[in-house]
Amino acid sequence: MPSLGASFGRGGATTFLQDLQNSDCIVIQGSNMAECHPVGFQWVMEAKKRGARVIHIDPRFTRTSALADQHVPIRAGSDIAFLGGIVNHILSNDAYFDEYVRAYTNATFLVRDDFQDAEELDGLFSGYDEASASYDQTSWRYAGGEDDDGDAAGNTGHAHGEAHGSGGPTIDPRDIRTDPTMQHPRCVLQVLKRHYARYTPEIVAEVCGVPVEDFRKVCEAVVANSGRERTTCWVYSVGWTQHSTAIQYIRGSAIIQLLLGNMGRPGGGILALRGHASIQGSTDIPTLFNLLPGYLPMPKAADHETFDDYLAGIRDPHQKGFWGNADAYFISLMRAWYGEAATESSNWGLDFVPRISGDHGTYQTVLDMLDDKVEGYFLLGQNPAVGSAHGRLQRLGMAHLRWLVVRDLNMIESATFWKDGPEIETGELETTKIPTEVFFLPAASHVEKSGTFTQTQRLLQWHHKAVEPPGDCQSELDFFHVLGQKLKARYADSADPKDRAVQAVTWDYEKDAAGEIGDAVLREISGYGPDGLVSGYLDLKADGSTASGCWIYSGVYADGVNQSARRKPGQEQDWVAKEWGWAWPYNRRQLYNRASADPDGKPWSERKAYMQWDGEHWVGPDNVDFVKDRPPSYRADEGATGPAALNGDDPFVMQADGKGWLFAPSGLVDGPLPTHYEPAESPVDNALYRQQGNPTREVFRRKENPMQPSGSEPGADVFPYVFTTYRLTEHHTAGGMSRWLPYLSELQPEFFCEVSPAHAKERGLEHLGWATIVTARTAIEARVLVTDRVRPLQVGGRTIHQVGLPYHWGVGSNAVVSGDAANDLLGLALDPNVHIQESKVASCDIRPGRRPRGEALLRLVEEYRSRAGITIETGQQRLTRKRMAP
Amino acid sequence: MTTNPALDAGWVDPPPRKGFFTDTSVCIGCKACEVACKEWNAVPDDGMNFLGSSYDNSGELGGSTWRHVKFIEQPPVDLGMPSTSLPGSEGTKSDFRWLMSSDVCKHCTHAACLDVCPTGALFRTEFGTVVVQEDVCNGCGYCVPACPFGVIDKRIGEGVKNEGLAQKCTLCYDRLHDGLTPACAKACPTESIQFGDLDELRERAALRVEQLHGAGVPQARLYGEDPDDGVGGLGAFFLLLDEPEVYGLPPDPVVTTRDLPQMWKRAGLAAATLLAGAIAVFGAGS
Repeated sequence: MPSLGASFGRGGATTFLQDLQNSDCIVIQGSNMAECHPVGFQWVMEAKKRGARVIHIDPRFTRTSALADQHVPIRAGSDIAFLGGIVNHILSNDAYFDEYVRAYTNATFLVRDDFQDAEELDGLFSGYDEASASYDQTSWRYAGGEDDDGDAAGNTGHAHGEAHGSGGPTIDPRDIRTDPTMQHPRCVLQVLKRHYARYTPEIVAEVCGVPVEDFRKVCEAVVANSGRERTTCWVYSVGWTQHSTAIQYIRGSAIIQLLLGNMGRPGGGILALRGHASIQGSTDIPTLFNLLPGYLPMPKAADHETFDDYLAGIRDPHQKGFWGNADAYFISLMRAWYGEAATESSNWGLDFVPRISGDHGTYQTVLDMLDDKVEGYFLLGQNPAVGSAHGRLQRLGMAHLRWLVVRDLNMIESATFWKDGPEIETGELETTKIPTEVFFLPAASHVEKSGTFTQTQRLLQWHHKAVEPPGDCQSELDFFHVLGQKLKARYADSADPKDRAVQAVTWDYEKDAAGEIGDAVLREISGYGPDGLVSGYLDLKADGSTASGCWIYSGVYADGVNQSARRKPGQEQDWVAKEWGWAWPYNRRQLYNRASADPDGKPWSERKAYMQWDGEHWVGPDNVDFVKDRPPSYRADEGATGPAALNGDDPFVMQADGKGWLFAPSGLVDGPLPTHYEPAESPVDNALYRQQGNPTREVFRRKENPMQPSGSEPGADVFPYVFTTYRLTEHHTAGGMSRWLPYLSELQPEFFCEVSPAHAKERGLEHLGWATIVTARTAIEARVLVTDRVRPLQVGGRTIHQVGLPYHWGVGSNAVVSGDAANDLLGLALDPNVHIQESKVASCDIRPGRRPRGEALLRLVEEYRSRAGITIETGQQRLTRKRMAP
Repeated sequence: MTTNPALDAGWVDPPPRKGFFTDTSVCIGCKACEVACKEWNAVPDDGMNFLGSSYDNSGELGGSTWRHVKFIEQPPVDLGMPSTSLPGSEGTKSDFRWLMSSDVCKHCTHAACLDVCPTGALFRTEFGTVVVQEDVCNGCGYCVPACPFGVIDKRIGEGVKNEGLAQKCTLCYDRLHDGLTPACAKACPTESIQFGDLDELRERAALRVEQLHGAGVPQARLYGEDPDDGVGGLGAFFLLLDEPEVYGLPPDPVVTTRDLPQMWKRAGLAAATLLAGAIAVFGAGS
């Protein structure tokens, strides 16, 4: 999310699934789209029917590869080297879309002269501080007015890497120095050229294990299918997002798509596929500790005492675009939540919002549980005992709680670990000694409640309740509504200042005929002003006269109509289908679509026409993602800020400078340009830099979180193989919605591992037999599936074997099918921007036969750790300047 | 216009013959067809058996599996071209193929299962499809070996609904009555399973083969679309990307009851000869 946000201004898929049919080339990387998004994949098939080339870049040959024109097997965790190689190909062959790049990206902007690239500092950028393992980003900024007013918001030290879901990072765009010829050594295009000069096809072969000719074929296909007449789309999902360098993977594709001029155009863009029905929704109206609805950052303790502090921290007063109105979005949110209590005297409601004081993400919270800092825990549609990295840590942590509430459809492993989890078997936990009181509350399923899902393309779709929830089953909304009412009653008479927030919150939602409040909540989210419902966020004011529960969703109830419930069939409207559901923002389906026209407002070509300037307005099949009546020739007045400062050729309307960012001068904590680092656990050394892994990744140096040696470090050969985890079509994530259903369970009844014939031979593994997979955390067993779909790769002059592990099964006794959990193998190493775990790659050993039972299992893992010489420091060093002797 | 088996079965003015065209070139192996079929027709699960047959754990069509997705892994073939790359590179090999295909009852024009059914439980519907009536079937099992494709089977499993009765795809006979698409075709996300009037499907299929040939897929061919084949053409036919045997389909299926009249004739002749002999021996002696 922050990656797309930092590159373009918003953290959502830039395009929509139906638009894939217009692509001339579709690159699917870090995604098994056919298997995990089979319904959306129909549009890839449609594009293929129309002659598009489909390329799948993935460690395994999957169902997606089966339908692709080209499958490129790649070593898990090496995608940045591959993407950087494409950037190098584009730049060294002058294959970029020159006019687009000059007009719509920051290619011509100059970077400060004290900026030093990873090429100069052997894998680090300027500003690195070893003690805090973080960057001071000041030197990454544009050359220009930076000295005038000191530190612009968000530019110093630790920027809010997690934000930028809708509103790019803050910079002051005034007086940026540019070089229209793009020849200046410090202009972004030249910085980019130098940074990627060593990402040659030969390096790609060495790092990724992709033969030179296969790589060239990909480069040639994407270049040939981009430009005025043609467009290429990039598709990714969690194969990219779950890495210690995840955000930079996505940045890699953003740079390629900007250079090739594919953003904002039909058949182009970056399609971020979300893995559940409402994952996009879960960050828009977040279930994250560090965000408020609409990607407004949570206020921070010490930094954000007053509303003015907060506002200064989230936007630059001089910045361009619609994030300039962040004050209206925040105040309207507070008015929706706290009503009349959100006034200037309560800092517009900020006083009621808790300030965050550090990382309170899911993994830090689990460690806090182990330290007895957490009393209670709610699990809502989440099965961390199976689905989260380092499952053992999750279960041990939960065994320290005083109470645990599990709301789910089924009695998942996270609700039963205390009696039948793996640690009961090993003797690490004893049921009678676990103090945790577990409350299981049955949940209503999606057909038993009304409400919206926000799916992969930012589309809100309302679904109606089909049947009443059986027995005690209850919807989440109903549960929290009642809980809120009880809390309000409980604290109604309290004089304690900390209870003021509960007293102030408005909780008077009107029930509809069916006794539900979803409709009333959606109205509040959409927002209202003195004249009733607003039509969108342009109506929101910073004076307390408007309220909106999530500014980017503002307008979903425009004209008093639940826009998300619209279901005009596709046959009755054009292919953009604007009257099906409602997409944020403002029901725009293709983001940044101003860029589908040239700087003069004319289509780049007839074949790729979409939005264009008709002399008075922007017209086309979509709602324009721009100021509707602002002509292409418009130049903002000096001193203008916010939306008024957008020129007629600034298509990235949420960006502080109106441009797509090839180089990110702010906003990402681990670097302005994607740089290849090895995963936290890797069998090979970094071939490009002495810096081995992401120097800013989040590590947890604790005995419960042993990490393995990498590359040429002693002991790395104890875990010589790469493994990756993934999903199968037949199951849903941690299994809570599939392993309890016989029809789905019978299709994939057992946990298995996928290995190549050569790997099976090397380790004596037999097809349909058993294998034990071992890491420093634990050992698990799986049935063996020997298949040619997994291929050994030549990496760094040696053969690297990869093991594939679907992660759907867990140890318990309530589901139709159960098995060891792949995620138990993982340690904790997180991306520093969003605190996401590296679960798509790590290293392991694999051996034939079943794993030992009971205490013998712990002894086996201990034996491995001791053979590899693992201490609390192993694999936790972020700055690696010295390589171990080969 | 081809023969309409519904007319042959005595239906007066039947609707156009319905069928499936399964285009395996766009199948993504999601198995939504298998699940949708079971949900709609209340077919019980077929056991939790890890078969490790690529991604197939259903095994084959049977009494409790009416749609079955096959997964065929075809490793690259070394084309014997001179290598220009490092050892281990796959640059000179043909592409790996993973073929997927959703199999189903073929609803044959000449259906042997129907011919051999002694109770009349199997019958030809007005849509030209073949359906088992579970309340008439006595579980004799004659239909099982009669099917040239190994589709129909008796349902096994203790205490399951219709245990021991012959079961197979009905082409969602109940849904057809209401003008609905069969559950599997409805659930298919890529239009690999297409439902419609058989004549129209055959035209569509011929076009699709042409299109694939033009797109550089010379292996594309139809299976079971020919009304002159050994079963009179299939009501559910396929577009395949390899020989039928690769998909476990008989290359030249023949209705197993084709030779029955001939066989009865010969058996009758033999019986008459025997009888004549007996009369000659014993009759003459009396």
